[in-house]
Amino acid sequence: MKHLIDPMDLSVEEIDQMLDLADDIILNKDKYREVCKYKKLATLFFEPSTRTRLSFEAAMMELGGNVLGFSSADSSSSAKGESVADTVKVVECYADIIAMRHPKEGAPFVAANTVNIPVINAGDGGHNHPTQTLTDLLTIRRKKGRLNNLKVGFCGDLKFGRTVHSLIKALSRYEGIEYILISPEELQIPEYLKKDVFQEKKLPYREVTSMEEVMPELDILYMTRVQKERFFNEADYIRLKDTYILDLEKLETAKKDLAILHPLPRVNEISVKVDKDPRACYFEQALNGKYIRMALIMTMLGVKPDEDR
Amino acid sequence: MKIDSIKNGIVLDHITAGESMRLYNDLGLDDLKCSVAIIKNVPSKKMGKKDIIKIADQFDLNVDVLGYIDPDVTVCVIQDGKIVEKRKVELPEKLVNIAKCKNPRCITSVEPEIDQIFRLVDREKRIYRCQYCEAKKSSNN
Repeated sequence: MKHLIDPMDLSVEEIDQMLDLADDIILNKDKYREVCKYKKLATLFFEPSTRTRLSFEAAMMELGGNVLGFSSADSSSSAKGESVADTVKVVECYADIIAMRHPKEGAPFVAANTVNIPVINAGDGGHNHPTQTLTDLLTIRRKKGRLNNLKVGFCGDLKFGRTVHSLIKALSRYEGIEYILISPEELQIPEYLKKDVFQEKKLPYREVTSMEEVMPELDILYMTRVQKERFFNEADYIRLKDTYILDLEKLETAKKDLAILHPLPRVNEISVKVDKDPRACYFEQALNGKYIRMALIMTMLGVKPDEDR
Repeated sequence: MKIDSIKNGIVLDHITAGESMRLYNDLGLDDLKCSVAIIKNVPSKKMGKKDIIKIADQFDLNVDVLGYIDPDVTVCVIQDGKIVEKRKVELPEKLVNIAKCKNPRCITSVEPEIDQIFRLVDREKRIYRCQYCEAKKSSNN
């Protein structure tokens, strides 16, 4: 694997290997402490994203590597009008691997076609966010012990939520997944996804507007935030932002082993009181994000711990 | 209406009626110095009505543009007054700098130096997707 631009660039086998490696990293942290010694990760964040950037940086540091980069376009040469291609050509002189976030869709693809070092898409607009998908898969597998035969509810902004779209596509390659799509009509999943994924692969799915109605049957509840930055019209955002709020009362009918996921940041769609419920997995999910990025960086750089060499 | 036969050149036949002006513009026929005839709404047994373009010279025809705009066109190459080659065009697998991505969130919307690349994803429905942002584009618009 040279670059990671789209989560579907990875085969199921490659994903399984990466999840296995992340599991091993979690169990044997010391073994991986110096595998990326003298290697440098460039985090090129043309739009702010605290969580993803820190997660990449922490991942590289825990592998013994170094990190350089910028955290907003204002502090990069793109503010002076430099192209993505020129920026990454320069960065290639200083780093061994790039993690790039960009507000424009396809920017990491441009970077991948320009340089000879691995490029990881750390989110391009509303398009792809493959490391979030890997994080979600790792969390689901660690909580449920499997990635098949699950009833998965997706709730909130299913129209613009790229994490939802990517996870649906990634899960569609596993057997026995049932999809329950909980959203207001305006934020329903796009038609092309219904057609290309559910109908094409004949996968069972239901669209509902009430969270309470489906709560008892869910194994996974994937909550999302209504993202202000994806709306052109602020009035629409204000009207829809508080549609679904998960609280302890709504969880009363849920299974005891339900796993609640959220890509974070949360605004108010999950009550903070839910955080203490053992079914809340979103902070553990954020931690898993670091481990899967460690596994990804290692895989892309082709490094292994000494004992495996 | 009489339009002379051409001795050496290219005839684009079976153009969907009404598409000839778009082809004239997008193929850059405006830049040619030779005679170019656009014949619109010609009765056709097969198509009912069709357009024809006659170009009185050989030139480097961009078949990708032709295939993208109107994949039913027949290209006839004329030499010494005779048809020496007749071929159908096809919807191209890949378009490079022929169509423009309309997605305002696509990287190509802010970096004009990047090649505009589309790949054919559904031949039957003539649907392309932008290589960068995967936005859809139909060859009919």
